[in-house]
Parts: sequence; C-alpha cells; structure tokens
Amino acid sequence: MAKSVRYRSIVSVSGPLIVVDNVQGVKLNEIAEIDVDGETRIGQVIGVEGRAAVIQVLQGTAGVSIGRSHVRFTGDTLKIPVSEEVFGRILNGLGSAIDGGPDVTGEKFDVNGYPINPVTRLPPRDFIQTGISAIDGLTSLIRGQKLPIFSAYGLPHNMMVSQVIRQAKLLRRQEPFAVVFSTLGVSNEEASFFRMELERARALDRTVFVLNLQSDSTVERIIAPRVALTIAEYLAFEKEYHVLVVMSDMSSYCEALRESSLARGEIPGRRGYPGYMYTDLATIYERAGLVSGRNGSLTQMPILSMPDDDITHPIPDLTGYITEGQIVLSRSLHLSGIYPPVNVLASLSRLMKDGVGEGYTRRDHFEIYTMLLSAYAEGLRNKELSAVLGEETLTSEERKYVRFTEVFEKRFIKQGAYEERSIDETLNLGLEVLSVLK
Amino acid sequence: MRLTREGRIVRVSGFVVVAEDIPSPMMGEVVLVGENGLIGEVNRISGNRVFIQVYEDTGGLRFGDRVVALGRLLSAELGPGLLGQVYDGLQRPLEEIAKQAESFVKAGIRTSRLDHEKKWRFIPVDSPPSRVFGGEIIGRVEETASVIHMILIPPNVKGELVYLAGEGDYTIVEEVAKVKDSQGRMLNVKMAHEWPVKTPRPFREKLDPNEPLITGVRIIDFLFPVVKGGTAAIPGPFGSGKTMTLQQISKQVDADVVIYVGCGERGNEMADLLEKYRSLSDFRSGRPLMERSIIIANTSNMPVAARESSIFLGVTFAEYFRDMGYNVVLIADSTSRWAEALRELSLRMEELPGEEGFPAYLASRLQGFYSRAGRVTALNGKTGSLTIMGAVSPPGGDFSEPVTQKTLQTVKVFWALDSELAYRRHFPAINWLQSYSLYVESIAFWWELNISERWRGLRENMLNILREEDELMQIVRLMGVGALSDRERAVLEVSRLIREAFLRQSALDFKDAYSDPRKTVAIAEMIDYYREHLLEAVSNKTPLEKALALNIGVEILRLKHLSSEELAGETIKLKERIVGEFSELQKPVESQHG
Repeated sequence: MAKSVRYRSIVSVSGPLIVVDNVQGVKLNEIAEIDVDGETRIGQVIGVEGRAAVIQVLQGTAGVSIGRSHVRFTGDTLKIPVSEEVFGRILNGLGSAIDGGPDVTGEKFDVNGYPINPVTRLPPRDFIQTGISAIDGLTSLIRGQKLPIFSAYGLPHNMMVSQVIRQAKLLRRQEPFAVVFSTLGVSNEEASFFRMELERARALDRTVFVLNLQSDSTVERIIAPRVALTIAEYLAFEKEYHVLVVMSDMSSYCEALRESSLARGEIPGRRGYPGYMYTDLATIYERAGLVSGRNGSLTQMPILSMPDDDITHPIPDLTGYITEGQIVLSRSLHLSGIYPPVNVLASLSRLMKDGVGEGYTRRDHFEIYTMLLSAYAEGLRNKELSAVLGEETLTSEERKYVRFTEVFEKRFIKQGAYEERSIDETLNLGLEVLSVLK
Repeated sequence: MRLTREGRIVRVSGFVVVAEDIPSPMMGEVVLVGENGLIGEVNRISGNRVFIQVYEDTGGLRFGDRVVALGRLLSAELGPGLLGQVYDGLQRPLEEIAKQAESFVKAGIRTSRLDHEKKWRFIPVDSPPSRVFGGEIIGRVEETASVIHMILIPPNVKGELVYLAGEGDYTIVEEVAKVKDSQGRMLNVKMAHEWPVKTPRPFREKLDPNEPLITGVRIIDFLFPVVKGGTAAIPGPFGSGKTMTLQQISKQVDADVVIYVGCGERGNEMADLLEKYRSLSDFRSGRPLMERSIIIANTSNMPVAARESSIFLGVTFAEYFRDMGYNVVLIADSTSRWAEALRELSLRMEELPGEEGFPAYLASRLQGFYSRAGRVTALNGKTGSLTIMGAVSPPGGDFSEPVTQKTLQTVKVFWALDSELAYRRHFPAINWLQSYSLYVESIAFWWELNISERWRGLRENMLNILREEDELMQIVRLMGVGALSDRERAVLEVSRLIREAFLRQSALDFKDAYSDPRKTVAIAEMIDYYREHLLEAVSNKTPLEKALALNIGVEILRLKHLSSEELAGETIKLKERIVGEFSELQKPVESQHG
C-alpha cells in the first residue's frame, strides 16, 4: 500500500513547517510521521501545493535534516483514543499518557470534532456549584455555558482554578460529574502545584488532566485544548456525564496561534494575531453545550490573562464575543487583600436566569443577586462622591451604602482558598450582608 | 446530453482550492469538490486555473482530486415549504441533517433544500391572463395560517400562458403552468424556482419610504425610527445586548415575514432563539412565530465560507417574499462575522489587503447587500418592502474600525449600543446621543396623521432635554450637584424620567416589552406635560423640593406597565392632578402679592 512509502524528499524547513515534494495522494489535515534520526515526530498536512505537501510538525523542527529525515503519511487525521480509562490520568497535549501508566485505549475520535447542529442544541439549563460565593451567587455557572475568567498577570487565577476544579459539583449528587482540566503553556512549577492540589483534594478520580507546559512546542499548545474537548465530548455525549472543562491560560494558546500563523507567512490582523482568530477560538468555545437526546452537558471555564489589564485587547475581546458572559478579576481588589478578587459589577453570566432559582438553586436567588448588585453599585457611587465632595456631604442613608460595600467585599466576596461554601451558605451570607442596610 | 465538465485539484489551502483544466469555467459557478462532492463556488479564473471557495470542511482533499462544474450559479430554491425552516448557509435544512447525521454537522451531507414530496393545495388565480411575464402571480398556496404563498412566474420567464393547472394538490416539482416563449419554446412552470443568491431579484420600480416599521421598542420607534424598506445598523461591543435587542425586534416587529440570519454567532443563542420561536406566538395573529419566519443558522464554528453565502441566501428569500407584496424584515447577526469571512477568503485568494486586512471591495459588498433593501413595486404591480437590520461587532467596541464605518456610509439608521448603559443594566442599551435616523422627515406625516400631531415636537423636546442632561452632568462631575440652579436640577429630574419611564424597556416584562405607537406617544406626551409644568413652576420661583414632593415622577414611572387603553384614562387623571397641584403650589406666593 502506498501509505507505507517513506519520502526522503524534504525540500524546505522553516519554523514549524517542512515541505515534502513529489508525494502522492496526500490529504489535507492528514497526519504524517517524521523520522528525525530515529525519533518519530508527528506532523499535520496544512497545505497541498501541486505535488508538494506542507507539513506542520507538532514537536518542532529542530534536528530535521533535508538529507537524513524521512516522512511517512498515515492517511488519517489527528485522532486520539478515548474511554472512561482517562479518569485520574495525566495526558500530554497530544493525548498520550505521561504519568507512567499504560496507554489509554478506546475508540478513536478526531480531535477537531464536528460543529453541533444548531437545531439539536438545547439551551443551557441548571446550575454547577463552584463553592465560590462571588461566582455561585452573582455570576452563576450554567450547564452547557462557556464562562471565562478574565484575569491578568500577577492575579491569583491559578488559585481560583485549583479551587474550582477541586470544589465544582452538581447539586443532585446522583448525576455523574467530571472535570477535564487542560493547562496551556504553564511552567513546571505551576504544573506540580495543580497536581498536588488535585491529589490533596482526592479529586483526581473524577478528573482528567491534560498537561501542556511552556517547554512544549507551540503547535502542541494549539492541539491541547482540542484533545481536552474531544475527551470531554466523549464523556458528555457518549457517556452522559456533566463535564466541566477548565482551560488555563487561553492567552498562551493565542500566542501560540499567532506564532504559528506568522511562521506560515500569513498576513497578520490586529496586534499580529491572525484574522481568523475569532473563528479559531469559536471552534474551541462552541464545543460547549447540550445536545437533545443525550443527558450529558459540556460546560467550559476558560481562563485568560488580559495583557496590560486591557479588556479591549483582541484575546479578551474576541473571547467575550463568543462566550456567554465573563468573570472579571480586579487588580485593586487584589491589592486590598480580597481573594477571590472578582469585580462583580464588570462580571456577568448571561445565562444565569436559566439556571438559578426554584428547582435549581433557591427561589430567592435571583432576588438576592439583584439586591446585592444594586446595593453595591449604589455604595460605590456614594463612595466616589464622598471622595470628591467629602464624607460630610453624604446623608446617613448614603453612608449605610458605603458601609455595605466594605462588608460585602470583606464577608461575601472574600473567602478562603480552601473554603467551600454551598449555595445555601452563599445566599444566606448574602442576606446577612444586606442587613447592614437596615 | 452534455459531457461532465471537470478538472483536478492542484492546491488546497484552508477552504480555498485551486483546480486546473475545467473547460470554460464560469465566475460564480457551483462546483463539487473531491470524493465527497463538497460544495464550492468559482471565485477567480486565471488562465487554466480556477480559485474555488469551498463551503464545507476541506479536510481530506488531495492533489489530483476531481472537481466537477455544475454549470449554474449558487442558487436558492424558492417555493412553498420555506417558512418555518432552519437552514445552514447553503440552504440545507438543519432538521434534515440532524436526522441523517445525528447531532453534528459533517462535510458532504446532501439533502434537498425544499421538500419535493410534500403536496400543497394549489389554487389558481380566478381569471388567468393569456400572456404572462416574470413575477406574475398565477396562483397561491396557503403555506401557513399566517402567510399565503403566492406562486410567481420565475422572473426570467415570459410568454403565452398555454396551460394553468386547476385547484389541486401538487408537489413543488410538478408543473402547474406551461408558458410558450417568443421563440415558441414551451417552458414548464412549477411552484418552486431557482434564483442565484448573489443577483438581486428584479422589480418594477423603487418607491420612497413613507411608513414606519413599528418594532414596539420605544427608543427606536419614537427617537430613531426605521421605515418599511429601510436599512439600520446596530453596532456595539460584546455584552451590550445586540442579539437581545435584535431578537426582541424580530419577535414583535410589524412585518409579514421575518428572516433571521445568525451569521458566525453563538450556537446557544440560536438554540435559545429557536426555542422561543417555537413556543411564542405572534401577538397580532396569535399564530406561532415560526409560521412567518425562516432562520438561517451558520454559527461561528461552522465553515467560514458558508457565512458568506448565508447572508446572500437570507436576502434572496426576503426579496422573494417581497415580490409577493409582503413587508419583509431581514435581520443579519452579525455582519462583522460576514466581513471577516470575506477577509479570510480574500487573504487566501492572495488579493492585496486594504484597511486592517479587509479586501478593498468591502465597502461595495456592504453597499451591495444593503441596497437590496427597499420598498418597491414588484413586477406584478404589488407593493412590497424589504427592511434590513444588521448587527455589527466592532473589535474592542471601537466604532472607528472599517466594518462599522463602511456600514454607516450605507445605512440610514444607526443604533449605537453602549456598554456603559449595559453595565448599568439600562436596556435596550441604545445610546441616545450617538444614535440617529435619517428617516424622521419621511415618516413624520404618518405619525402626525395616525398617532399624534405633536410627534415631531415631542421628539425634539425629548432629545433637547437629553442633550442638556449630558452637558449638565459634565458640570456635576466637576463641581457636584450643588453647582446647579433649580431649573437645571429640574431638567435633570425630567431627563431621569425620560430614561427610566420611557427609554428603558424590559424585554422580559410582557406588558412593557411591546409598546404600541399610541402608548409610546402617550408616555412621551405625559413626560412633556410634566416638563412644561415643572419648569414653569421653577421659573416662578417655586422651590424645586416642593415640586418634587408632589411625587408626580412615581406616577409617570408606572405608566409603561399599563396597556395603551388603560393609559388613556390614567394620563387624563394625571394631567388633572398636575394642573391642580402645581397651581396650588404657586398660590401662596401669589396671595402674598395680593
């Protein structure tokens, strides 16, 4: 069979790309194996130019030689084996086990997945508890939603990520729940932090850990979230788990996308990111959802860093256009010692109304949410006024609201990194801090 | 029998394929690419090579794969069965795809665009003419209880009508008429015909707009109105409620047929829209919304090239129903995603990029799209209209970017969404200082004739107060409320009422969500009445605190939750109260003089 042909006809190497000439029957997106002095690397055909194939090498091209290296085409797209064996396992960004255990076996799925047919989607419903009051009470995470955390360099999002993946649960315990966690371009130090946290919480057995490190190739970083989502889709739509996918940090992903696009010689868009970044991000984020006829759900919580705290930067901007709300972290709250530093006024869960209240959380949830937010907004406005005009210009009523903002931040938003609050506790706490206004 | 015209793939790059050796290819021609017959369109011809944009996932294509040219342009199939459908950008019914491929959309799926087996009751016109021309109505089908589907002679057919079927049940591929053209050729006319999506359908004449398109959204209908046959753009950063506003308009707009194109947007939003359309009724007819709607869903993760076609497909459907004499509204959410698809295509075709990488023809494409709107006399003499509303998603909320700017060059109404308003949960978050409508003069007569003679004056007064508020707030920010006179603070009180009692409108509160023109004017008139009395009292040295203590504002805030019938009585009472209590207020001052 022609598939076993080894081509020694590499004619160019540039960045992550190699060009192999005089090939036959090579398909777009097909996987190629490149032998680099005995080591096998994986590449993907990203272009067909006459008889030549352009291959993007996932592990980088260092060591590829025009004379010595040879290429074999597999005839298949990038697929990974998936089964329930993945629980408790640590995989790399290409889906191979890296925890010393046996390879994961199972049916093979294309990592790019297929778009969910809009008519078979069900609107997201019902609640996922993270145990964090600022999220559960005010920007609730709904099954099937994609709700990102907009962080920035130096803010404690890793701590929040770890808290979410340790604590996330459904309120009805009998429903199967799973977490797929994908790191994207983290340091070794961060990786071992996450690993220890998961072990300590004994949360590993319902978790799949896809680990992509800073030191891994940029192309692998582009594949890693797709590997995580392929596993999650299998669990959600074949095995009917409710799956929460946490991906951190999507900014590293976007950097990798930019690097790979520039290496291909594409014309850059805003700030050097490729013009198709919106579409590319959509092929990741849009894999969240509910599908009629299947009981599972796929929910996403991507984390990204806003460069220079700028929410109009292409990464948060394009993300915000695709996701259903955002949880924004605030540097000033962080500096005043509030953890988690969630700016609840800038944050919004667009689907919240579809998953809180009677039958999901508690009947008074939405009402408490509205009261807390409007009181906090009022309090901050008064605080601003008093800063300009002096505190004595405020009425006693207005001062109450100022006092409320302090109590609200210190008692409701602020919470221990290992403190898990049930939704009941969160809502009761909300009522309690509101009593300041009486 | 013609021979198949085919060529071979020589290059694949993303969704652009280059093929060689297709005999006499045609610009815009549909081709089937590769083993799975993926749908593509010829986009450039250069010697022996053609550049093809492929509307489906190109993974798996190889050098040397076959490309078959079909000899026709990318077309829509138009006929009974369109209403209530959910299509992708290639007019594939997504319900059918769901049956074939379960829950995911894969490349190479083939379905018929309209149901070819279903029988429809065809009722011919009473007195058939002996000669027919394109666009003429020869019969009708009651497609849904909301819309009667007129059966049209295809625009490019004319001649002697030699046969017209009697009333009976026919499929859309059975002939219902025969026409003999001037060369003596016999043409079979069926209930459905094909029309190339990128070619505007012909009409007899374009008419000036003269009637507002009522949306039930007060800030739109009253301050920044759109007309039947007009164009409007709604740009805004994420989270400012573009989709919410457009969906609200689509549900309650005064139109016979609504076409909603979800172009490169969220899947969950489409799911939500579908759920609502299936469960909600049009409150005018009491019939399900789906009966008067067609939805085109090409979500952001579906193939990019089909985003480009989805907009053209939608506008072709819309023109078809316009030609039957209907008022049609097309909503495109979002045209920015469409423009991005054009950009991606252009870059892959190796064209020279213009501003921010967009092709130089971006402006003319946008104009081409919006210019398909209009109120027209159709070829058959009926009057129909097509109104286009496009969402724009400017990166970073920056309106100076090319798509927003080029859209504003073309459209007549601009509803600027404001994230600051959304942040304060003021919805619809349409900024009243930035937005505009160029249709005010064309429809003033309609408002004055049908609703209120004072429409223009009330509108001006409201805008003036809002402009003055903006100036005053700048002073307040610098120097505090204390720096304002009583008159100025009274203006702020009136503007607060305008914002809270009039502009702010809840899409969730069913009594407030739709405000008919009478109700809209009644609230505006009430606020204006109060403004007059309050400012007069203050200028007569009545202390503002005393006037505010009358608590008229609270009453005005309640009005929007009343129906227009209830309002009529309520406003009379409130006006009497204002007259009485304000003259009471000013009395003691007068008596001292007396």
